[in-house]
Amino acid sequence: PPAHSHSDWIGPPDKLSNLRPVIFYVPPEESALERRLREARQEAQASNQRFWARHNRAFRQEKEEFIYSRLKAKGLEMRDESGQKATLNAEEMADFYKDFLSKNLKKHLQYNRDWYKRNFRITFLMGQVALVRALRWLRRRKKNVEQ
Amino acid sequence: GLFLWHLRNTGAQKIPCRFVRLYHVASSRLITFQYFNFLKRMYVTQCNKDLSQRAKPKSDSIVSPFHELHQLDHEKKVVHKISPVSPIHHSWSEMSSRNELTEMKSAAETEDSVIPVGGECKEDRQWKEMKLQLDDLPGILARLSKIKLTALVVSTASAGFAMAPVPFELTCFLLASLGTGLASCAANSINQFFEVPFDSNMNRTKNRPLVRGQISPLLAVCFAASCGIPGIALLTLGVNPLTGALGAFNIFLYTCCYTPLKRMSIANTWVGAVVGAIPPIMGWTAATGSLDAGALLLGGILYSWQFPHFNALSWGLREDYSRGGYCMMSVTHPGLCRRVALRHCLALIGLSTVAPVLNITTWTFPIISLPINLYISYLGFRFYRDADRSSSRKLFFCSLWHLPMLLLVMFTCKKSVLEKEDKGDLPGGSHEMAMEIRLP
Repeated sequence: PPAHSHSDWIGPPDKLSNLRPVIFYVPPEESALERRLREARQEAQASNQRFWARHNRAFRQEKEEFIYSRLKAKGLEMRDESGQKATLNAEEMADFYKDFLSKNLKKHLQYNRDWYKRNFRITFLMGQVALVRALRWLRRRKKNVEQ
Repeated sequence: GLFLWHLRNTGAQKIPCRFVRLYHVASSRLITFQYFNFLKRMYVTQCNKDLSQRAKPKSDSIVSPFHELHQLDHEKKVVHKISPVSPIHHSWSEMSSRNELTEMKSAAETEDSVIPVGGECKEDRQWKEMKLQLDDLPGILARLSKIKLTALVVSTASAGFAMAPVPFELTCFLLASLGTGLASCAANSINQFFEVPFDSNMNRTKNRPLVRGQISPLLAVCFAASCGIPGIALLTLGVNPLTGALGAFNIFLYTCCYTPLKRMSIANTWVGAVVGAIPPIMGWTAATGSLDAGALLLGGILYSWQFPHFNALSWGLREDYSRGGYCMMSVTHPGLCRRVALRHCLALIGLSTVAPVLNITTWTFPIISLPINLYISYLGFRFYRDADRSSSRKLFFCSLWHLPMLLLVMFTCKKSVLEKEDKGDLPGGSHEMAMEIRLP
């Protein structure tokens, strides 16, 4: 993002986590409240990134392992004659999906709670910051009018 | 094409004073039908562009039916098979000749050619400033509120209103529709607010405004409040308190029960089906002011319809649901998923038969609706037996036209208010008296 910009910038989705990273703008006179908001957002971003990157990597790995083990059981190779990667059909993959979901359910429940808490906190802080800014702007206008 | 013919023919046979009502519902049916076709076409183009899009009524547990399917190996053939009708002509009476219809059909088919837009994908890879662009705001808010889904919800609510055995009141109808629409916008926005990281990880939903940072979460919540509060207020004060209460309850059910439950247990599908069933009930209570058996029947029909619709849809999304951590029957209990879908297809037949018993429709309704109900049940059975992608897709696409058609047939078979009055309830009651009766 350009150096002169006064706003946050959001980027393309991350390869691993599919989340879009945000570069936060730090204004020169950042109030304590605004800093709390920025830090909360940065923390949430980092936490989400960690969770999803790890989760998606695990999914991909376990999926490969599953396909490999199933193909081996069927007596096939990972790649067929034309060099194409051998895949299982949807019904066979269904067993894997069911398994993966139940294995990770607890992890998801924990993440959900965490995410909801963070989301509410960030939005509430945003509201506070917006309110403070609005009051400040109104006060400035009043002062200008009086002068 | 056939669909519109049916509309015209029934229209011609109606007496003038009911024409307005018929026209109104018919055009809303048309619009609904157009939406389905429009969305189906969007499917194909979106698939090739590799983008995804919007969603479904706060009603349906189906978190965005139509666009889900771009996940499946998509062929343009699907769209051609359904023969989309070309864009809306406001006066449907203009579509007189068969020739005109076929002309439009071929025009529509040529429109179906995909126009891949590579440029947009590249733009997606760039860094964007997180500043609110006022020009884009209407589009952003439309996507945030899942506007097309909202439109479908409003049309089911208006079906409920139309089926109520009271004289048609235009202002009440408009207020109820507007209130329902606003409530639906609010619910959908909150849903998206809750689901940002999950939406980013699913193909269908990764282009939503909050995911792309086009709007801040604070603004999304403010928008939801500014839609929901006036919407519920409008329903409570402008229509009646019962409708307002139902609207508020539905928002609560969708945002605070269904959305979190999606990641906790498969019970979310049943909750979602209730969410879908409430708008027609709201339409009915808006018209009559009370919760009659008729309202519950209409709600029941929508409730049962959700299952074949959603279960068929979710069959193709198992990978995304599994990775995203969504507890859906199709992933965890596939047998149950198919059984429930079939069960509810059959329930639709049963519910259609109950309608005349409750004096909502004439006995022609179960008879005329039997073919389409049997057809969807047949597809439900195929899905149950075969459990593969093609049968799930067939069932899903069938459910898309089945519902509007069922509601339309129901409306045309509606037991007229005049008929009931004429049954000797009013001693020598005149035409005008019957029309003037306004129920509280």
